[in-house]
Amino acid sequence: MSMWEYANPKKFMDWTAPVLPWAFGIAGLLTGVGLVWGFFFTPEAELFGATVKIIYLHVPAALMAINAWFMMLVASLIWVIRRHHVSALAARAAAPVGMVMTVIALATGALWGIPTWGTYWVWDPRLTSFMILFLFYLGYIALWEAIEDPDTAADLTAILCIVGSVFAILSRYAVRFWNQGLHQGTSVPVVTGGRTVADVYWVPLLMCMIGFGVLFVALVLLRTRTEIRLRRMRALTARTTRAA
Amino acid sequence: MKALLWRDLALAVRAGGGFGLGLAFFLIVVVLVPFGVGPDRTILSAIAPGILWVAALLAALLSLDRIFALDYEDGALALLATAPVPLEGVALVKALAHWITTGLPLTLVAPLLGFFLNMDPAAYAYMFASLALGTPALSVIGSFGAALTVGLRRGGLLLSLLVLPLYVPTLIFGAEAVRRGVDQTGAAAPLMLVGAISLGCIALLPFAAAAVLRINLR
Repeated sequence: MSMWEYANPKKFMDWTAPVLPWAFGIAGLLTGVGLVWGFFFTPEAELFGATVKIIYLHVPAALMAINAWFMMLVASLIWVIRRHHVSALAARAAAPVGMVMTVIALATGALWGIPTWGTYWVWDPRLTSFMILFLFYLGYIALWEAIEDPDTAADLTAILCIVGSVFAILSRYAVRFWNQGLHQGTSVPVVTGGRTVADVYWVPLLMCMIGFGVLFVALVLLRTRTEIRLRRMRALTARTTRAA
Repeated sequence: MKALLWRDLALAVRAGGGFGLGLAFFLIVVVLVPFGVGPDRTILSAIAPGILWVAALLAALLSLDRIFALDYEDGALALLATAPVPLEGVALVKALAHWITTGLPLTLVAPLLGFFLNMDPAAYAYMFASLALGTPALSVIGSFGAALTVGLRRGGLLLSLLVLPLYVPTLIFGAEAVRRGVDQTGAAAPLMLVGAISLGCIALLPFAAAAVLRINLR
């Protein structure tokens, strides 16, 4: 009995079916409570005023935008090495979710830029890196859509994801070299364990971050299930047309 | 491998090979820019290095789909895959041929076109050096992109969407080297980084390109 057994499509469908409502429930609860708490029951910040409340959408979305790509990289590696079909489908399912998270982070960031920086957009390293990440998502999804044979598509996109990850990291540091920015440093440095967010904002923010994480997992599971069903349907139609 | 290189070069130079098209495109972009931004010499002088780099990037992109597509269509690529030469070597040689027919001429011509854009005289040497160090990366990354999309009938547009984001680090360091060279703020670091990207790409990407070609030939 190894963990890889859960990658069997049948097993995957079996265990995700009961997990899915729970995942959506927990995600909805955490994000809902976190957002309501954050929006209505926290004081306004000294420097930012009421605009500080954008943080409850901006930070979790940005966090998930990066982690979604990381999850796609891991799934692609699993597909290339162990050839579990569910893994390739999960990578495919995660891409649009990650892209939407990137757009949310960019859009909320632009809205936040006006009151604090006086402009929607600056060519700041972080903003630029996110724009490039968005382009990577676009290319990845476009390649999936362009290839008909599902296994070829899975192979090619997996390699694109691996090579793209290297270049995404390279771009991140190249962009930093190119321009010093306005964006503040990370608010939640996980490595050092410290944080620059005051305690009143911290708990709802943490709830939103975990909520977004669970929401991402739930969406990816749901979309992967859809992909598996689509794959099965295609196999069935192919069989019936061959029989007829 | 040498034979393959000569064959690719000959095919590129002879009629219909597209040699010179990239150069002409480069020239046209450079001529169009002053129409777009106005003939102000100080503005042109300020943006000249960036324009030359972006134009070089687009010109290199233009001929990418030729690297593998024609050989894929007539079956030569399948023969090369079964030949005693490793497919990684084939990918590298084809990238080299692409560089000799586009990257190298672009590098040689860029300082001349900089003249039209009123480029700072101090920038010529840096422009030449950064393009010479950076264009090999463009060719190798491009050959990976071309290998990815070789099986697609209309892969051209997709190819640019896939390859251009991968060009970002090369472009940043390349253009930055020229800018810092003009400002006298130390062009050595970006120049070395451009070289590092090229070397890294030459060392690693042929493996990715060959893996992708094998998948496409399956």
